[in-house]
Amino acid sequence: MHSTPTTASELFTRASAAKLDSKCPSGPMSERWDKHRFDLKLVNPANKRKFHALVVGTGLAGASAAASLAELGYQVSVFCIHDSPRRAHSIAAQGGINAAKNYPNDGDSIRRLFYDTVKGGDFRARESNVYRLAQVSNNIIDQCVAQGVPFAREYGGLLDNRSFGGAQVSRTFYARGQTGQQLLLGAYQALMRQVGLGRVTLHARHEMLDLVVVDGIARGIVTRDVVSGEIESYAGDAVLLCTGGYGNVFYLSTNAKKSNVTAAWRAHKRGALFANPCFTQIHPTCIPVSGSHQSKLTLMSESLRNDGRVWVPKNKGDKRSPDSIPDGERDYYLERRYPSFGNLVPRDIASRAAKQMVDDGRGVGGNGMSVFLDFRDAIKRDGESKIRERYGNLFQMYERITDEDPYRVPMRMYPAVHYTMGGVWVDYNLESTVPGLFVLGEANFSDHGANRLGASALMQGLADGYFVIPYTIGAHFASRKLGKVTTEHEAFREAEGAVRARVKKLLATDGRRTVDQFHRQLGLLMWDHCGMGRSEKGLTHALGQIRSLRDEFHQDVRVLGENESVNMSLENAGRVADFFELAELMVIDALHRRESCGGHFREEYQTEEGEARRDDENFCYVAAWEHAQAGGAPRWSLHTEPLSFEEVKLTQRSYK
Amino acid sequence: MSAGHDDHGTGGLDLTLHIWRQESSEAEGRFETYPLHGVSPDMSFLEMLDVLNEQLTLEGRDPVAFDHDCREGICGSCGMMINGQAHGPERETATCQLHMRRFKSGDTIFIEPFRARAFPLLKDLVVDRSAFDRIIAKGGFISVNTGSARDANSLPAAKQDADLSMDAAACIGCGACVAACPNAAAMLFVGAKVSHLGLLPQGKPERSRRVLAMVAQMDAEGFGNCGNIYECEAACPKAISVENIARLNRDYLLASATERPSSAQGEGA
Repeated sequence: MHSTPTTASELFTRASAAKLDSKCPSGPMSERWDKHRFDLKLVNPANKRKFHALVVGTGLAGASAAASLAELGYQVSVFCIHDSPRRAHSIAAQGGINAAKNYPNDGDSIRRLFYDTVKGGDFRARESNVYRLAQVSNNIIDQCVAQGVPFAREYGGLLDNRSFGGAQVSRTFYARGQTGQQLLLGAYQALMRQVGLGRVTLHARHEMLDLVVVDGIARGIVTRDVVSGEIESYAGDAVLLCTGGYGNVFYLSTNAKKSNVTAAWRAHKRGALFANPCFTQIHPTCIPVSGSHQSKLTLMSESLRNDGRVWVPKNKGDKRSPDSIPDGERDYYLERRYPSFGNLVPRDIASRAAKQMVDDGRGVGGNGMSVFLDFRDAIKRDGESKIRERYGNLFQMYERITDEDPYRVPMRMYPAVHYTMGGVWVDYNLESTVPGLFVLGEANFSDHGANRLGASALMQGLADGYFVIPYTIGAHFASRKLGKVTTEHEAFREAEGAVRARVKKLLATDGRRTVDQFHRQLGLLMWDHCGMGRSEKGLTHALGQIRSLRDEFHQDVRVLGENESVNMSLENAGRVADFFELAELMVIDALHRRESCGGHFREEYQTEEGEARRDDENFCYVAAWEHAQAGGAPRWSLHTEPLSFEEVKLTQRSYK
Repeated sequence: MSAGHDDHGTGGLDLTLHIWRQESSEAEGRFETYPLHGVSPDMSFLEMLDVLNEQLTLEGRDPVAFDHDCREGICGSCGMMINGQAHGPERETATCQLHMRRFKSGDTIFIEPFRARAFPLLKDLVVDRSAFDRIIAKGGFISVNTGSARDANSLPAAKQDADLSMDAAACIGCGACVAACPNAAAMLFVGAKVSHLGLLPQGKPERSRRVLAMVAQMDAEGFGNCGNIYECEAACPKAISVENIARLNRDYLLASATERPSSAQGEGA
């Protein structure tokens, strides 16, 4: 059993090594990306075909990167765990994608998108990265329209926009409630075009289980074919991780069931620093948990807050049906507390407020664990058909799951884990601390600080894949000596051996409890103590529990069947094993960050009004964790990258 | 837990499941019978299978393999024949969005994989639908390299065309249309992509080439032909209209008559 640590020094060590180099260019903010692109070395067209990039994951980041690199002439191999690249979880994003086009003429600009994103992230993101994101946002829309993404249009044939949280302009482009699907299909089709042309080799149903580092440079991966069980090695000149976030550490989340941290975690254990792991996004509008059988949670797009009004009864324990509660006895608490943003406050704030209402005994529904999202006034104002046109598929999905008709009865919502801002640490080139290992999209930590704004994940995934990596990867190929490496190299043998040993051990444990039983227990611990509210006491408790549960997992998990065929529990077991280690690091990160910022709410650090209180004096940095094994148990040392704010003044966030 | 639906009784549903089990594509398959008790009506169909799999695992029996991922009806991973219907009895609903409140206690449910020559079985309910990817790779795209696009609003598209295009683009590639079709035709899938791209102004330049290339690959994969039975539309979780098959036929006919043969293949860039 593990003793419970009491001081920070027992939890981790502080690295004494040289500080992280973010490689951010200097000079005026608006010229940095241009300057950087000019300074980056180029690979001439004839030489491009000599370089081979391994792209892991085919969501927005992976598919867009793989297609773009192949178009440039690089050799590309792409890997995904699904039967088809089109199934990656980007497909489920509903609401939209931001861009600073300012088509509605309502005051938007690159600068404003940049400002909103830095502020929305509660000043824990790198300014240079965010500015670049805002700059390329417009190219993304152009690219997607050219690919045939059927964005919503006005009668004049031009593109329509809607509003999302954390902004006072309408800058969100959308394709009904299926924006992620349409953007992913665009990227997938671009990718498949390259597959058809023979420039990309596609390996579907392959799960990356290790990273191979040769002479300090990422040169390959080890995968498991999830149909045949074959453990295979692939060598290349760069590895791109585009493997998404780790929200499933909570077991219940809006993530797809297969979303996992394993690829990123394997890279972490091979030397890539992991940044801000405790920064998780709890999305305010999700369908509440209905029973212990629940396998995942379903999000209802933030776009609903354009027209839906969030409320709870003013009186505790008011169990009347919503239509019999008169307006005077309703508390539209977001409109009351944040009059200038109203229902469109950022996600972290809306989630926290919902939790406060429920904790206060004013929650609704059978168990009092939800709040209303009410369309009564919007239907009265715009008519049911208009609302149906805007949100029809979401309303239908809600009714499928809850058996309640949201045109008649207000939706009931509660926050759920949705996105992870933390991830593998990358520099301005999207390169991790392992040279040659690039990390894109949700898998990296770079652009959203401590809270991501709605409709910005799609923007970042595509920015990384279409418009950043095609430039920055060239510098790696052009400036480093990349000798020929094959899968015969000793490093591949060693990594394959390690993967085989892990698989064998899981199958041989022959315990009494299923993988899901452990996963649910871990998730509950994380939700209770490392979710919407975190405290020294709760986190410390969770840390001890996680460690004991992890030991039990390795002694008592039951994985049936064999390696050599489709084996869902074996796949799951490997992922859950990694979640256990990640969970520990998340808790350590949350313990060490003695401030509240964005989605990280330490109950000890709040303002009198219950808002997050940052500590810029001590924590205005990126926490990047280096992994070290110490006698079987993982240990970490902390590196910090100080954040400086030259353009957006560090202030307490206000949406009032 | 507050299940919230008392009409089914507190004990939940008692079901008899007959599930197709097959170790691999070469092995012989068979139905196996599993009684399952106390199923909550609020569960999704896949959650019901989760419960079964947990039970099987604890009993030391091999759990049932099935494809799934997002569980919100958009990724297209899941799909099985439920009492002979692709994705089961609910209209416009993928298996993951089908809830057990559609069934009643005492029901017998037959669960089988999607069956089609072009979808070889891998294990139990898992089939290989990569034929769809190969069809897309032949022409289901607009050839535009990253970086070469002009301003998005420089090319207006009539709202009604964009809306129709979006209706077709909603296809999730699950393969229910193929599984439901007596001929195992993929024409709804192909028609949807041909419509999605062909209805938009930016998709027009490749319209002929696209339809010829996709249909050629569709045939090569061993999918059948449309017999105008429309089971595909009825089974489609996204209600993709058979109108898209009509558009496919029209485009194909026109392209066959007007297109020079050489341009059906070749470089996309």
